[in-house]
Amino acid sequence: MTEPKQPLTDVKTLVARVTETNDFADLIAHVPYAKFIGMQVNRFGDELVFQLPANDDNIGNPVLPALHGGVIAGFMEMSAIIQLMVFMQTSKVPKVVDFSIDYLRAGYHKDSFAECHITRQGRRVANVHIECWQTSRKQLIATARAHFLIE
Amino acid sequence: MKTNPDYFPMTTLATRFVNQLAQCRRLGLKVHEASEHHVLLELPYNEALIGYPDTGVLHGGVITTLMDTGSGCAVVCAIKEKFGTLEISPTLDLRVDYMKPAQPHKPIFGMAECYRLSSSVAFTRAIAYQDSVDDPIAHAVGSFMRISPEMIGDNFRKALMGEEAQHD
Repeated sequence: MTEPKQPLTDVKTLVARVTETNDFADLIAHVPYAKFIGMQVNRFGDELVFQLPANDDNIGNPVLPALHGGVIAGFMEMSAIIQLMVFMQTSKVPKVVDFSIDYLRAGYHKDSFAECHITRQGRRVANVHIECWQTSRKQLIATARAHFLIE
Repeated sequence: MKTNPDYFPMTTLATRFVNQLAQCRRLGLKVHEASEHHVLLELPYNEALIGYPDTGVLHGGVITTLMDTGSGCAVVCAIKEKFGTLEISPTLDLRVDYMKPAQPHKPIFGMAECYRLSSSVAFTRAIAYQDSVDDPIAHAVGSFMRISPEMIGDNFRKALMGEEAQHD
């Protein structure tokens, strides 16, 4: 029997449900910032690929035009958070401890993608490596590493 | 908070710069003061930016955007003062350390400085805080690459210089 819709505050149930149904819209809706930048989640088997569709509001450099570096960072950070939530079935949204990003090339005004690897997960802290690209996965626009507090 | 632009002559330039960035307009970022040494920004609280729904704490990505914008803006001001040119420097890297969560329903301030400006790279540091700069929410260090002033484009240059551009 399917559960009735749970109140959105119960993160654990929410994560379990989106993992089962493969529909991540509820999880995105749960975190206002994820909706603010307009990111999406795609799942291919056990892999998650995060997507940030081109959006005029996310522009930082009007000359190129290019995405704001902070938006790229926010997108990558949120990708890591969702990756941790789904693969560790967390009961809370993981808290960022530090975030370090290297910008490799300009992020143009088009769709961006991100993929995360949980490099190490301890009892309280997880280390995540994040890669972000646009047209080709071989030409990354940014890489980042971050630590999160989990529970 | 009110500041006297006479003390911080680069406030107008910094304001124009930040207002040119669509994402910053959307966030409602405001420049309080700017000099060749520093930039002070304010980010108003906004429920659309929440990253932690249980507590209403803003997402780390917003703090990163505040730090990146402040640091980039400090580099623009430092270059303008030292070389008299307008350049927009892309971020090479940025590291943000989160000390404690920001309190909901209160603005966050971002104080950034360009502490070293070499011929090809600018180095920055920044602090995000609410009540006092001595009680930080986050620290950030970054480096920015300097690119030729021609890369900035005529429209952007005019947007930054306002009326002054016509006297060039």
